[in-house]
Amino acid sequence: MRFLLDTEQREFATALGGLLGSSDTAGTIRSWASGDPGPGRALWARLAEAGVFGLAVPERHEGLGVLPVELAVAFTELGRHAVPGPLVETVAAATLLGRLGDHAAAGAWLPRIASGGALVSLCVPATSGPYALDADVADAVFLVEGDALRLAEKCGPLQRSSDPARRLSRPTGTTVLVEGPTVQAAAAYTTDVAALTTAAQALGLGRALLDGTVAYAAQRTQFGVAIGSFQAVKHRLADVLLALEFAQPLVHSAALALAADAPSARRECAAAKVAAGEAAYAASRTALQVHGALGYTEELDLSLWIRKARALRDAWGTPAACRSLVLAP
Amino acid sequence: MDLDFTTDENTFRAEARAWLAAHVPSTRLHSLETAEGFEAHREWERALFADRWSVVSWPEEYGGRGASLLQWLIFEEEYYAADAPGRVSQNGINLLAPTLFEHGTPEQCARVLPPMARGEVIWAQAWSEPEAGSDLARLRSTARRTEGGWRLSGQKTWSSRAAFADRAFGLFRSDPAADKPHRGLTYLMFPLDAPGVTVRPIGRLDGKPAFAELFLDDVFVPDEDVIGTPGEGWRVAMSTAGSERGLTLRSPGRFTAAADRLTRLWRDEADPADTALRDRVADAVIGARAYQLFGYTSASRIAAGESIGAESSLNKVFWSELDIALHETALDLLGPYGELADDAEDAPEDGGWAEGYTFSLAGPIYAGTNEIQRDIIAERLLGLPKGRR
Repeated sequence: MRFLLDTEQREFATALGGLLGSSDTAGTIRSWASGDPGPGRALWARLAEAGVFGLAVPERHEGLGVLPVELAVAFTELGRHAVPGPLVETVAAATLLGRLGDHAAAGAWLPRIASGGALVSLCVPATSGPYALDADVADAVFLVEGDALRLAEKCGPLQRSSDPARRLSRPTGTTVLVEGPTVQAAAAYTTDVAALTTAAQALGLGRALLDGTVAYAAQRTQFGVAIGSFQAVKHRLADVLLALEFAQPLVHSAALALAADAPSARRECAAAKVAAGEAAYAASRTALQVHGALGYTEELDLSLWIRKARALRDAWGTPAACRSLVLAP
Repeated sequence: MDLDFTTDENTFRAEARAWLAAHVPSTRLHSLETAEGFEAHREWERALFADRWSVVSWPEEYGGRGASLLQWLIFEEEYYAADAPGRVSQNGINLLAPTLFEHGTPEQCARVLPPMARGEVIWAQAWSEPEAGSDLARLRSTARRTEGGWRLSGQKTWSSRAAFADRAFGLFRSDPAADKPHRGLTYLMFPLDAPGVTVRPIGRLDGKPAFAELFLDDVFVPDEDVIGTPGEGWRVAMSTAGSERGLTLRSPGRFTAAADRLTRLWRDEADPADTALRDRVADAVIGARAYQLFGYTSASRIAAGESIGAESSLNKVFWSELDIALHETALDLLGPYGELADDAEDAPEDGGWAEGYTFSLAGPIYAGTNEIQRDIIAERLLGLPKGRR
């Protein structure tokens, strides 16, 4: 047993972190939120070049093979930088299409997903709720209902999310692409991938919130000393680190279970989703409190991270739904 | 990255499981915090030792199996899954022994470790004093140089297991003129039946004498019972505190086994419509799994040559709070039976949940309070500035 990321995986994280760190993701989020996807699309292309989307596409469709551990590594970095767009939906849809055998839709979409040429949204109402993320921007919107995979032609009016980077709408005008038990089985795997990548995103988001808040607490002075020297502040921040440190191995273990297609994968992805989602949310609440009134403003870039935490906590499996899965017989 | 066990590790697991299945007493022993239970648990230690299961991580020459940290984790998973008795020798085998391996002489190891492994000598710890708890370095009990050894005087308190134990280990001030509180301390071992030692048991929350006060009046200790260099006791003791807070004090296997028992209790007893309770059971299961995986990470890091430092504070806060939450959930599932004491005739599961709950309540206090641990996490892991405690 070596339950640690290997050198290549760590280097991949560092490279992605470097790429994102120099990408002004806060500015990209603000553009995305205001309806200008240009900078987000440009960043998407760079992420594809770095291999992010290929991690969910089988090799015969010009991807790198479905690699859940590497996906978890990548999504932790994407979350750390709060990258906007249907990231989870695109990789989840890719794993769904990849499991449909030689269906034409796989050949049509997977190479484009791997190369970054297609942003794809996905709605599985039973798990993700009625909305598709960023459907107005996506090149394709897939919908899974029962044992049918559908392609949506249009989407309904935009519903604003509490996370301004998340543009929600209902898929409409759908046509059936394929139906049958293959779809149902593939969709089960796909929702697990969505839960895992959302959990990884939450983990990275929480880390960024903690880092930003620790830095602020160390430099902000009141009563003549740094507020980070007060126990009440320290202990809150210590609790956030605790939650994140114990969520991380759950995320990695869930990725290994998915990679092995283990029977425990569903339960493990649900456990990871609860722990990482709650940890990121706790990080956001602490970030807000420690930043004081400043944290409550939309001008503060960190507030973009604060608002995303709540949305990710519920996306692709609410905490209650995931806790129920953890105990499913 | 993987979570795979080797063939050897799987064989080791199977061997431990088979032995435990054949030897774990079918009825629960009395609480080890009672005179009768203490002796029953001592007998159990003897049985463990007879087949080399009492100190698996020690070298073979002292009765162990030279088990790796991962093998130890495996043993503990099997041990608690088999619902085996609590370890009355824990203070010795998990706290004193690591200190002896690191700082003891070969003579001390040869003399002290084998009877400890056999359960013949049960050890108590003697750290805290009435005026020195979290601020342990302020301790005032003294060790005064004398012909061939030292004379101990003063008062120790909250000494776990001391009501029935045979010997104790702790820190004493040997150089009152030292310039800093944590200098001039010496680490010593002493018999609890030596002339000048008075043991006054203290009833814990449920009345059982789980710890004691020790009054020391000019107690002679020979030089051979000093561990490390006189005056260097703080450094010696901190190596023990590190392992105490780290993995070895409360193994993940305890919590994965308890979470499994909790899940069974929930399936048997719970109203399926009570989702609030369901969520707490799920959180206990998730927490136990997280702690287990965190342990695998630590074992992997140590195997890769890294050392675990202040991270052990994360460990201590996590398991101690998980333990309480898990037991509170069990008591809530038991409804009107949840308040029954462990020795009440009607107590569910032979009082296991009640005893476990009482035991769990001490977790955030001993081995460095969780407040101190959170200070360590904030200062050493997050790099926040030191401040007033």
